[in-house]
Formats: sequence, structure tokens, C-alpha cells
Amino acid sequence: MKSDHQIIANIIDEGAHVLDLGCGNGELLAFLMQKKNALVQGIELDENQMHECVERGLTVLQGDIESGLVDYPDKSFDFVILNQIMQQIKKADFVIQESLRVGKRVIVGFPNFAHIKARFTLVFRGKTPINEALPYYWFETPNIRFLTISDFIDYCGKKEIKIEQEYFLGKSSPVHFMPNLFAQTALFVITRK
Amino acid sequence: MKKDSVGVVTPQYFTFAEPPNNLQLKSGRSLGPITLAYEAYGKLNAKKSNAILVCHALSGDAHAAGFLEGDTAAGWWDDLIGPGKALDTNLYYVICANVIGGCKGSTGPSSTNPETGKPYALDFPLITIADMVEAQRHLIDFFGIEKLLCVIGGSMGGMQALQWASAYPERIIAAIPIATALKHSPQQIAFDEVIRQTIMADPAWRGGYYYEHGQPEKGLAVARMIGHITFMSDQSMEEKFSRKLKNDNLSFQFIDDFEVEGYLRYRGYNFVKRFDANSYLYITKAMDYFDLSGEKFMPTVKKTAVRFLVISFKSDWLYPTHQSQDIVRLLKRKHAYTTYFDLISTYGHDAFLVEIEDETRLIKNFLANVSPN
Repeated sequence: MKSDHQIIANIIDEGAHVLDLGCGNGELLAFLMQKKNALVQGIELDENQMHECVERGLTVLQGDIESGLVDYPDKSFDFVILNQIMQQIKKADFVIQESLRVGKRVIVGFPNFAHIKARFTLVFRGKTPINEALPYYWFETPNIRFLTISDFIDYCGKKEIKIEQEYFLGKSSPVHFMPNLFAQTALFVITRK
Repeated sequence: MKKDSVGVVTPQYFTFAEPPNNLQLKSGRSLGPITLAYEAYGKLNAKKSNAILVCHALSGDAHAAGFLEGDTAAGWWDDLIGPGKALDTNLYYVICANVIGGCKGSTGPSSTNPETGKPYALDFPLITIADMVEAQRHLIDFFGIEKLLCVIGGSMGGMQALQWASAYPERIIAAIPIATALKHSPQQIAFDEVIRQTIMADPAWRGGYYYEHGQPEKGLAVARMIGHITFMSDQSMEEKFSRKLKNDNLSFQFIDDFEVEGYLRYRGYNFVKRFDANSYLYITKAMDYFDLSGEKFMPTVKKTAVRFLVISFKSDWLYPTHQSQDIVRLLKRKHAYTTYFDLISTYGHDAFLVEIEDETRLIKNFLANVSPN
């Protein structure tokens, strides 16, 4: 089990209503369904991944993330999950704001571009960083934006978003010291103030 | 007989709404008695919790699977219904009934009007999709089934599935509307109107009272030809016919030079043998009246527990993808947990009858996770 999936499972409540944007093959949602009896809904674009979701017993909508939220009434879900997609969507601010409207809480997980190894690669080798959290060459990456833990915290401050919980992960264990430098991925639980 | 076939099936008949207990119709008129022709496959379990209702499209009938005695052609959705298939008759009890207004054993304009002893013809009241579902509800009551595990159908069958969800959300666990819409668009109404006018323009239609003289064959055949064009896609027609000629050269006469012409003529004239022209008028009208958009869908429900599997096909221009997306949008507003696929197919609207592999995979997995409780 991926460590971020375990953390997300610990965050959500028993029987919670969960929406996962860009749910991929449904691994996380299936885990939440089993561990937490969660009622889950996924949104995904890729047809093959969606078939896997249905095989896992998930409900999944074919659609893109930007337009997927609009029709849900306010607070339709206990949790909206934006895990590892922030770096791939065009209208990031819009999606976060909409997620905060549709969900009581939003879980945001993303790779930290300011990780020390990434900094070294860029500064001393003059190359785009490639690591466990950012595994792609520039010419094949689905990522269209790079953000850091500090960027995200700044953003939340500016947009009056409350950070309820934060988790910082290294290669294999949690990071407690200077996360913006030492964490490869970050998970935030946010709500509207 | 193949192992995955339901085998030889016998049509059944259920009669209800005997006067004075006529069925009240949306038009304000009433109808009775009403007979529904239906078929059922598999076994209803002791709790009566494994029933699936299959709803047919415009020209369909109750014969969805298996073979009628002495017949070699299987039912219209035989690829999807049977042991081990998407609607697995080892697990589920599958029911399919001919709609009211139809001509395949259920009460419709060609049925005898008990008041006159003659066919109803245009004395038959206009019916709606809601009326069709109301009649099906009587059949389900007759079976003693409190809750259907699922209602499934393509095209007009999908409308009935949506109507079931809207009118009786507490009586179904899941719904699978395929290649359908919440309401007929002006384009869809326009095609239906041309189809109706084509029938009515045939002098043999005789204002609808043609039963002593025979069908308005020309009108009905052309009407069906129009229909068939809308069921295919540009690409599927190219693949199937291209500009292939029936004979090797052009005739320079008004005969069916091209294979596509021959196909449409064949389909049109065959249809006349099996379908009543007035039924075509009544049922297309019912589809045109259908509108569950906005507040009209599930008016009594804020949050629904009904699970939905919505399917559209990318090349379907008669019931295009955006109409299924409208369904999904409305379901989101009702907090419904929904699975939606826009499947790749070149077959146009016909896809719901032919894209068996994808449909089987989806429907089977979806139903496996729909539990009766």
C-alpha cells in the first residue's frame, strides 16, 4: 500500500462520502471502501482505468476534473480528494475552490518541487529534477505546473483557506524537519475559513 | 442450442385494468382492459430480490432472449441475456414486457376495442413513457416484487429506466439507461414528425382506420428507412456500404443501384411485415412527449440511493453523448452515485445493440456490486 493512501485512509471518517478527482484505476477509493466503509465516487478520463474502477466495484464518471464538480450541490461530500493531480490540471485555483464548495474537507496531495534533491539537480546539474515523486522526463511528463510546499501554504493564506492537517513524506518515512526542503510529497487537509 | 442461451421461451400475457378500474393515462383519458405480453428468464428467488426489468426500444418487443418455438432467430438482446452473460440468468430473474401502444402482444392501436369489437385504430388514446412504466409497474406488482434489482434499457428503453427511477425511486436499486436522453430534442422530434408524416401521407393509411384493408406499406417502409439512417453513423455506413453497387454498373434508372439503397429498401419492406403503422405513430409521439429535464426528474427526492450506470456511444448522433452527460449532471444534483461511460464505437445509435463486449464487461461488474438490501 502506498504510504499516502494509508494516510488518507487515516484521515477520513468511517462511512464518509468521498469524491476522488482523477481517481485513476481506483486503487485509493477501493482501499477507502474496504478500510473505512466509505461511499465513494470517482471521476476519471481514461477509459481503461475506468474499467478497472468498475471491476473494483467503484462508481466512476467519465469526465475531466475542471468540469466535473460544477453540478454537485454544496457540501455533497465529506471529503474531496485531489491526490497527485494538482500538478496536472489547468485551472488549479478553480478546482480547489470548487472542491472546497462541494466537499466539507479537501485532501490535496502533490509532489514537492523544492525537495533538496530537486534543488541540487536544477542548481548544480542544470537539469529538470527527476525523482520518485517527479519520475518523468520533460518530454513525457503529464505535469504542467510545479509547486512547492511553501507555495501551497502561501496560496492557502492568500485565499483564506484553513489548513487543518498537514503530512510530509520523504522517500519512505514522514518528514518533520524543514519539510519544504526534505519532503518529496505533501498532503494537506483544507477547509474554507 | 448453445450453452449460454436461455433456450426455448414462451410468451406470457398479463391482463389488468379491467373496467371500471381502467388505467388513468397522462393524457387524462383512461385505458382498460390492458394486456401486457412479457417473457421472463431465470428464476425469481424466494425473497424476490433478483429481478431485472429490461425495457425495449421503439420497435422492440418482449422477446429479448432465447428462441420462440420453431423460430431460428434469437431475441433482440440475446447477446446480453442468458447464463453467464451480462444479465446472467443463473443469478437474475430477467423480465421484458412489450410496451402499451405496441403491436407485439400488448394492448395498442391494433388491438380490439372492447366497446366496438373492432381495432382501436386512432380511437386508442395517446400514451406516454410514464404510462408505459405505469403498466410495467402493475406487472411487477403482479409478480409480488417489491424492489427491482435493476431497470435497464437502450434508447426508448433508457427513457423507461429513467422514468422508473424518477417515479419509483424506492422500488429500484439500480438503473442502467443506455444511449438515451432526459428529453427529446427538437432534432429528435423533427425526425419523428417526418417519420409520422411519411406514414400518414400514404393514402393506404386511411386516417388510421386501415385494418380491414391492410397496412400503409409504402409509408411505413419509408418511415423505417429514415429511422435506419439515424441509427447508423457516417463511418459505419462507409464501412458497411461505401459506394458499392448492387450490380457491377450504374443502371441510369431510378432503381437501387447502391448497396445502401438496397439495404434500406430491404429493411423498410421487412419492417412492414412485423410492425403496425399506427403503433409507430403512437410510440414515436410518446418519445417526443418525454421530458424529465430539470425539476421534473425525481421531483420527490433530494438525495437518491439509486445507483446508476449511464452509457453513451461516441458515434451516436441520434442520442448524442451530451444528452447522456445531461443525465449525469442531473444525477449529481441528486447526490446519486453514478458510473458513466462514453464508449468508443463507430456503430452510431445501433451501438447499444452491437457493442456487446464493452457493455457486458460494464454491466456485469456494475451489477455484481449492486446488492439487494
